[in-house]
Amino acid sequence: MITIQNISKSFDDNLVLDEVSTVFEAGKTNLIIGRSGSGKTVLLKSIVGLHEVDQGDIFYDDRNFTKMNHKLRKKLRQEMGMVFQGGALFDSFSVEENVRFPLDMFTNKTLKEKQNRVDFCLDRVNIEKAHKLYPAEISGGMQKRVAIARAIVMNPKYLFCDEPNSGLDPETSLVIDELVHELTVDFNMTTVINTHDMNSVMEIGDRILFISEGVKTWEGTKEEILHVQNKKLQEFVFANKTYRQIRDLKIEKER
Amino acid sequence: MNLFFHVGRYFSLLSRAFSRPEKHRIYFRKLFIEVEQLGLDSVGIVAIISIFMGGIITLQVAYNMSSPLFPSYLIGLGNRDTLILEFSSTIMALIMAGKIGSNITSEIGSMRVTEQIDSLEIMGINSASYLILPKTLAVVFIFPFLFVLSVFFGLIGGLIVGPSVGAVTAPDYINGIQYLFTPYYVTFSMIKTLFFGFLVATVPAYFGYYVDGGAFEVGAASTRAVVNTNILILVFDLVLTQLLF
Repeated sequence: MITIQNISKSFDDNLVLDEVSTVFEAGKTNLIIGRSGSGKTVLLKSIVGLHEVDQGDIFYDDRNFTKMNHKLRKKLRQEMGMVFQGGALFDSFSVEENVRFPLDMFTNKTLKEKQNRVDFCLDRVNIEKAHKLYPAEISGGMQKRVAIARAIVMNPKYLFCDEPNSGLDPETSLVIDELVHELTVDFNMTTVINTHDMNSVMEIGDRILFISEGVKTWEGTKEEILHVQNKKLQEFVFANKTYRQIRDLKIEKER
Repeated sequence: MNLFFHVGRYFSLLSRAFSRPEKHRIYFRKLFIEVEQLGLDSVGIVAIISIFMGGIITLQVAYNMSSPLFPSYLIGLGNRDTLILEFSSTIMALIMAGKIGSNITSEIGSMRVTEQIDSLEIMGINSASYLILPKTLAVVFIFPFLFVLSVFFGLIGGLIVGPSVGAVTAPDYINGIQYLFTPYYVTFSMIKTLFFGFLVATVPAYFGYYVDGGAFEVGAASTRAVVNTNILILVFDLVLTQLLF
């Protein structure tokens, strides 16, 4: 579980996050949604410590991340996995070298043990026959899946995904969503996904946090989101005609 | 103020880069790869430039000393000392700043803009140390070898060009390059190459590490890195020459 309490972040005079508080629960896919430029990426990067917050606290279970020294943070980060928007695979490493890299750096396992773990993780994300290929030689969807494999190779307690569906076709997006959701449940991870894809929200959003102009505007479940009264969230969720029709049908059915 | 900001941030980055590596074995393996990529791959260009440089210096010395008062073996001596004192150390460092420096900036800068550096940090890896330390050690290690190679090929260049255009006979040239040899000149230039190697690795690494933006900014950072490294090499050349002589 990750608890954030009143975190604020500004760049120069521009306030990007304004006293945001929430709880991301273990074993659930927690989504941060919002328009482009709403501050959701800054929120995600603040949670993982890539941005230092100006105020507030971030707790990983009972451990206060914001008060930790560099050494303790490094140790805690070994419990984190992150999937970046573009995959962020190392260009000079093959697929299996990318996945093996955290094991090489932080474990004393034998080569065979490491290879077994790499094979397991790549198998888990349905990557076959691409172990020796380089990131430039595989598709965007495969790169995302390899990035997920790399993120889970150390058995993380916390998984973060920054817009995992960006640049992917709807079918591949669905595969990625389902994969992340399955992994979250199977390994009881606290997963935080940053997205503006409503399909992801409706498919895998166990808990949803809506950010608008750096302020937490709403939070709830995917079932609740169709009945929201908040104008900004309504504009965001029902920007798509299909979702407007779903909402109308649901309301009609309930009558 | 801007200068102080960059100097402060540069030393702060260096302190992170030279902290204890996470796993020595991985860094050691990376060091060998960097020696090959940054050093051994530069041998060809060093040889070509040095041969031409040696040939041109030999011609210049010959044309400017075309007096019966000067023995022709001084042409070889002039070429040797010019190569050892300045060309094979300073000029070669300036050229390497362009080749190796821009390579380092664009590699690290690309990793920054594609979030690969953030990815390292999230894994709990000291990205500054992982990326910069092996490159710096590799360049500092390889630079003295490149210097020796440059002197060797420069002397060969003089030996090819001088006699072939009739500026000096081969025996006179060979006699000249052995005449009044001062070993301290080599020591002096070796010390310089260590400093230059450090600059050629760390200054471009700094510009790459703090790139903000996309491909255009990576290109701009590479240019800034090469320009600043060149200026610093010349400043250090001046200071070290004053201090060591």
